[in-house]
Amino acid sequence: MFKNLFLKSTAIFIGLFLFIFLAVPIFQVFYVSFLDQNGHFTFLNFYDFFQSALFIESFYNSFYVASMSVILASFFAVPLAYITARFNFRGSVLIQSLGFIPLIMPPFVGAVAMKLLFGSNGSINLMLNQWLGFKIPFMEGLNGVIFVESIHYFPFILINLITSLNSIDRSMEESAQSLGSKGIRLFRRIVLPLSMPGYIAGASLVFLKVFDDLGTPLLLDVNNMLAPQAYLRISSIGINDPMGYVIGVILVLTSIAAVFVAKLALGGKDYSMLQKGGGGMVKRNFLPHQKYFAYVVVFFILFLVLSPHVALTLLSFGTIWSFSILPDAYTINHYKDVFENSVFIKNTLLYCSIAAFIDIVLAFFISYIVLRTKIIGRQLLDYIAMSALAIPGLVLGIGYLRTFYSFNLPWNDKPLASWWFMIVIILAVRRLPYALRACNAVLMQISKYLEESAESLGAHKTTIFRKILIPLMMGGLLAGFITSFSTATVELSATIMLVSTETDAPLAYAIYSYMQTAAGRGPGAGFGVIGVLIVATGTYLSQLIIERKYKQRGMEAKAN
Amino acid sequence: MKKILAIFIAFTMFASNAFAASGNVVIVTSFPKDLSGKFKTAFEKKYPEITVEVVGKKTTAGIKYIQETQSNNGTDLFWASAPDAFEVLKGDSLLAKYTSKVKGIPSKVGSYPINDPEGFYTGFAAAGYGMMWNNRYLKANNLPSPKEWIDLTNPVYFGHTGMSAPSRSGTTHLTVETLLQGDGFNKGWAKMKNIAANFKTVTARSFGVPDGVNSGDFGVGIVIDFFGLSSIGSGFPVGFVYPTVTTLVPANIGVIKNSPNEKNAQLFIDFLLTPEGQEILLDPKIRRLPVNPKTYSKAPKDFPNPFKDSSIGAAVKFDVLLSKDRYNLVNSLFDVMITYRLDDLRAAMSAIYKAEEALGNKNKPKVKKLIAEARALVSKLPITEAKANDPDFNKIFKKKRKKAKDIEKYVGTRQAEVEADWDKQVVSNYLEAKQKAEQALKSL
Repeated sequence: MFKNLFLKSTAIFIGLFLFIFLAVPIFQVFYVSFLDQNGHFTFLNFYDFFQSALFIESFYNSFYVASMSVILASFFAVPLAYITARFNFRGSVLIQSLGFIPLIMPPFVGAVAMKLLFGSNGSINLMLNQWLGFKIPFMEGLNGVIFVESIHYFPFILINLITSLNSIDRSMEESAQSLGSKGIRLFRRIVLPLSMPGYIAGASLVFLKVFDDLGTPLLLDVNNMLAPQAYLRISSIGINDPMGYVIGVILVLTSIAAVFVAKLALGGKDYSMLQKGGGGMVKRNFLPHQKYFAYVVVFFILFLVLSPHVALTLLSFGTIWSFSILPDAYTINHYKDVFENSVFIKNTLLYCSIAAFIDIVLAFFISYIVLRTKIIGRQLLDYIAMSALAIPGLVLGIGYLRTFYSFNLPWNDKPLASWWFMIVIILAVRRLPYALRACNAVLMQISKYLEESAESLGAHKTTIFRKILIPLMMGGLLAGFITSFSTATVELSATIMLVSTETDAPLAYAIYSYMQTAAGRGPGAGFGVIGVLIVATGTYLSQLIIERKYKQRGMEAKAN
Repeated sequence: MKKILAIFIAFTMFASNAFAASGNVVIVTSFPKDLSGKFKTAFEKKYPEITVEVVGKKTTAGIKYIQETQSNNGTDLFWASAPDAFEVLKGDSLLAKYTSKVKGIPSKVGSYPINDPEGFYTGFAAAGYGMMWNNRYLKANNLPSPKEWIDLTNPVYFGHTGMSAPSRSGTTHLTVETLLQGDGFNKGWAKMKNIAANFKTVTARSFGVPDGVNSGDFGVGIVIDFFGLSSIGSGFPVGFVYPTVTTLVPANIGVIKNSPNEKNAQLFIDFLLTPEGQEILLDPKIRRLPVNPKTYSKAPKDFPNPFKDSSIGAAVKFDVLLSKDRYNLVNSLFDVMITYRLDDLRAAMSAIYKAEEALGNKNKPKVKKLIAEARALVSKLPITEAKANDPDFNKIFKKKRKKAKDIEKYVGTRQAEVEADWDKQVVSNYLEAKQKAEQALKSL
């Protein structure tokens, strides 16, 4: 009885949290889309949406770009994930920590770096033009958006797929092998299906993220997509224009539909495996020629996806970089500016780690409640939490101001919305979907029987969490933590609404304020590099922890 | 006893004096750190008892922030470029009146009044629109540097120029409006579209234009002067020029109503206008035009001086009221005709350029007529000037939610509906123009 009570009250608590910090603020803003000129309820605005050639075109474009990005991102992610999980490969830790970096593209300055590299007069095209006499339009139109988005978001697939592959029960593969299956057939019948939860989790994140992404289309000045249309309307016509929110509602509905389709794709199948012994597939050694081939593939992909960060580093050390392959000269002065303002870095570390911690705790319980209990309305928790992905940050930020500004803090009589902890909460809410998908994917692979046997032996629910689920889900929880943490470090659109004093501002905000001037490029890039370094270090450390865990368990398995 | 009393009085006076100049002042600004930081440092040096808290936000976000927080206001000053942002705050009665006591500031710069006539906000620097270009880019592509707006309609610039949308930046809006008032509504739009046909891009942020020119992403950008001047000041290989038709507009500061530190806020405004405050504007990373004419004696050579050089910003007599009334409509028209349909516009113009090049000086009246028709189709507007200036029609585009009784004449008409209709007309006009030009090319 108590167990149920504990879970039920947790479910209610999480529900309340999402209601107060997500549903209410969104509602504060979105209800405008259902009002006519007299303030009466109407669906007329949705009719207008479907009457407008521009909006329909935008919808189609967004859908096309999101789907193509999933495909291109898979081309980057699948080989990397497979090589890491399948072979004894020294570069694995490198792939797992570096492959993550592209997700961390600091706002504005990342865009400038990308243009300096891939733009029509960027380094690569200048070189091509000089030597070969032609240019490649990497960054033009919808294809440009697809290119940039897949570089940017493929780590979602990579990290979830690796986690999934590493949790495949080795005995599955071994039994298949002992029955004579090998090669492509083994991959197709055993490895591929068993890694599906991770792949789908990653792919659906890529789809959602690209579908709702605002930054990249804006950077490439592609306006004919849904998210930019919503943003442009809200920020230019005004906050009370219904069409911006109609688009917002359509974004949210499409996102929920995509989560639903992803669920259907996995639906009805049992992905759980009993044993979590040696963890992951049997690692093989490369044949000599395979090894070189693998290195070539890995280096090519890593070079491609990390090149924006190389450009970012150059930008942070360069003096003037204009219509040339490399900066004119180099200096360390920009970093002086950065370290004189280190309060931004401190704030970011503090905010993002608290937010990511909140995220994995919430995500753990939500995925447990959804997958393991029969509490009424459990699916709703999942959908509401995921819908955060589709809410434009600007809208959520305004919703927070509207909802929380009129309450005062008891101790200093200042508005609740101006308290720094609200920045943490908004970051946690915005990044919860990442942690949630990661937790969901790992929990799906853990067999219920493990818990049930523990329970039948009299173990308490908390004991089961502590001794069985949390250790088994460690990889997924860490993956979720890292994804939430690192993407939170570069979040700007929501926080910019809530920052009330500069001393409370995070790093992304510092980049924003530097990037408004011609002279601020260097320091802005410097802040970007620091952000990327923080995330890289964090990821590397957690990779080490995961690796050590697997090794340990592997040893135990052998000893047995 | 008397002595003690005197000391006591002196002490209280001293204390109250010290009190008047202490505490802090909270400023919401759209200005970059390079600008706000310099003023903060200088102000705090002069008044060590006062701490300046600067909160940087985009202009639109800043307005929103002040509107949403008015019930519990903690902001003293709003400090930004676009005068229309202040008009919005003034309209919502969120500003408090203040007229600075600092002497020596003229009443107008160019043909634009420096301060709000009603005293709700104060101009402290001026800025006007012009063109900036990247020297390396122009050299590599063999392009001349432009001098007047009309130069930008030259086919040689096809795909080499850029601008931000007026709906994104109040100052860009003023440029478009200046063009419309300078050349007349129909001719002005025709010129604007001819300029736009050469755009490589319409950027979503106003700073995207100097960013693009500085990086060499495109060659020429239509920008506000300080973006150009500060890019030169930061060492980028770029140049800047004011065309004859431009409007100088003041950048402003205003005290927020119910400001918690009103005295300090007023002190800050005064400081901006003093000679020491004005000189900060000349910093190579800032480069805005001071409103105090005396400050120009300390400016570097080649620094534009609107109080001496009367050609800057004087060509157009800017009608502020007309601009204000059709503000949102002009933005929306620009977005429908240019921002969202740039590809269609460029396709049409590129076909026309090809036909014109093939035609050369040949005497073929039929072809000439076809090309002229194509050009007319590109310039064609989905709305008449009279309707665009009709205050009733403009109410559909007002930012605030409108009541049915306010829009009697067009009751039930929605902005999205109007725009969808414009979009249809514009797309078919561009397509028809393209087809006519191609027909012209074929018949040559």
